[in-house]
Amino acid sequence: MFYIFCPYCKEHREEEEFHPRGQAHLLRPEDPENTSDEEWGDYLFFRDNPRGIHHEMWVHSVGCRKFFNITRNTVTYEILETYPMGEQPTITADSPEIRHEQGAQVADGGWQTVGARPENKALNEETSS
Amino acid sequence: MQRYSGFGLVKHAFGHHENWERQWRNPEPKKQYDVIIVGGGGHGLATAYYLAKEFGVRNVAVVEKGWLGGGNTARNTTIVRSNYLWDEAGRLYNHSLDLWKGLSQDLNYNVMFSQRGVLNLGHTLQDMRDIQRRVNANRLNGIDSEVVTPQQVKEIEPELDISNRARYPIMGASWQKSAGVARHDAVAWGFARGADSHGVDLLQNTEVTGFKIRDGKVLGVHTNRGDIEAHTVGCVAAGNSGVLAKMAGIKLPLESHPLQALVSEPLKPILNTVTMSNHVHGYVSQSDKGDLVIGAGIDGYLGYGQRGSYPTIEHTLQAIVEMFPMFSRVRMNRQWGGIVDTCPDACPILSKTKVKGLYFNCGWGTGGFKATPGSGHVFAASLAKGEMHPIAAPFSIDRFHTGALIDEHGAAGVAH
Ligand SMILES: Cc1cc2nc3c(=O)[nH]c(=O)nc-3n(C[C@H](O)[C@H](O)[C@H](O)COP(=O)(O)OP(=O)(O)OC[C@H]3O[C@@H](n4cnc5c(N)ncnc54)[C@H](O)[C@@H]3O)c2cc1C
Ligand SMILES: [Zn+2]
Repeated sequence: MFYIFCPYCKEHREEEEFHPRGQAHLLRPEDPENTSDEEWGDYLFFRDNPRGIHHEMWVHSVGCRKFFNITRNTVTYEILETYPMGEQPTITADSPEIRHEQGAQVADGGWQTVGARPENKALNEETSS
Repeated sequence: MQRYSGFGLVKHAFGHHENWERQWRNPEPKKQYDVIIVGGGGHGLATAYYLAKEFGVRNVAVVEKGWLGGGNTARNTTIVRSNYLWDEAGRLYNHSLDLWKGLSQDLNYNVMFSQRGVLNLGHTLQDMRDIQRRVNANRLNGIDSEVVTPQQVKEIEPELDISNRARYPIMGASWQKSAGVARHDAVAWGFARGADSHGVDLLQNTEVTGFKIRDGKVLGVHTNRGDIEAHTVGCVAAGNSGVLAKMAGIKLPLESHPLQALVSEPLKPILNTVTMSNHVHGYVSQSDKGDLVIGAGIDGYLGYGQRGSYPTIEHTLQAIVEMFPMFSRVRMNRQWGGIVDTCPDACPILSKTKVKGLYFNCGWGTGGFKATPGSGHVFAASLAKGEMHPIAAPFSIDRFHTGALIDEHGAAGVAH
């Protein structure tokens, strides 16, 4: 169960109060009249699907009902930060610190995982896929 | 290959069943193959089998990072049906259903295909309209399918609660009699044994770590056991397709999500058929061993953890108890997850890519097991001829740029 920090309510709440709404920071083509089918298709349908750091949009659907973003690891399930709409992530796949010391929740510490705990490496290794 | 038969069984009984031949070899990788299939799940193994058997391409390798059939093939809830809405999807899944019927004979391997039928329940007027529309479309495509009333539902599956006391009363269902279940592991093993007997090298514990690409043409793959060459490479890696595509510099419109399943303690025979409900969102059948096989929807967020989340389990069991109140005190034995690659239109991708000779077969999402023989067959035909098979052609990646989507969210069985 995720325990998610809402940057508007400034509180940790259980996963079930929220809805994930897909990849964050997608930009609608600025000049629709002069946008090719290729570019529209890319915008509408093509997504990053990383094993690792991912920036995603969530909505606090039964709380303040506001959208915000989460940086999360899709393999360990750690939530690395949550931040309001319009802001940029401070942690990205290229951040040097995430390689070793994952799990720094900016707002408030603590692991946020589903299933196995991130400190137990053996449990996090996939059996097969 | 030693053929299995009743006589063989008796003969081996005298040797205390200690002298059975291995089902497949465990060869060393060769330097070069005509075709490499990445991914030793049901779809990859079926592709290799039909390539060798039907299209005469025998110098084939299946490269699998773990063990054969250890991915989604071993984790799914084994439902086989073909009642999809659109012509393109109907043709693909029905081609598969036709192959299922003769598969045990063809493979000389009992895949335990059991045509016990599938009910798709409707709980709202809109559900019933959608069901009617889909059944009509099915019949126009020659797919057996009918609309049944709550009373008929009760005759088919007596333990279902069709009363008005339910929070979401059952208003009817679609019923595909020729649908059912099959033994998932046996499907992988049967195709593996068949492919091996036609000379295909099944390379387990071999992970593809990159592609050799020159001048826009694929030349082979890099693996943790060295480089292997081939001018035709077919990727059939389900939840990991996005990761492989990225290695080849290709973007796919896929998102990988965990999908989980549960099995209960074994019960005496109680269910006759497979019952699915998109509305209360759960589905259940009973395995030959007696356990209830239960599933529902994906976790809403991306994930590569083969476990799935707790809220989804709770939601799934709510749906099951809504449909079958008498299961409320059945104990669940085990739970697990697989990684499914979902497509924006809930249909798979069978396609060439911008890299010549590199093909992808992926995006089956939550419902690809039923397609295993059909997918393997048309994908093998495409790889052998260098042209997409007519049944596969509409499932090209191009559709996400031309707009010719095949919107099967309604028939996908599990909302996502
Ligand atoms: C819980 C659950 C329930 C389901 N229920 C149903 C159902 O009832 N009916 C239905 O029709 N479908 C169902 N499905 C979907 C179905 O299981 C899949 O669509 C289907 O199994 C896909 O088969 P596959 O062979 O493509 O994938 P897989 O069986 O996942 O095979 C892919 C293989 O690729 C390998 N691989 C990945 N990356 C690499 C690499 N880099 N190098 C080498 N090998 C690699 C993996 O190890 C894996 O073995 C369900 C899925 C799940 C998870
Ligand atoms: Zn909030």
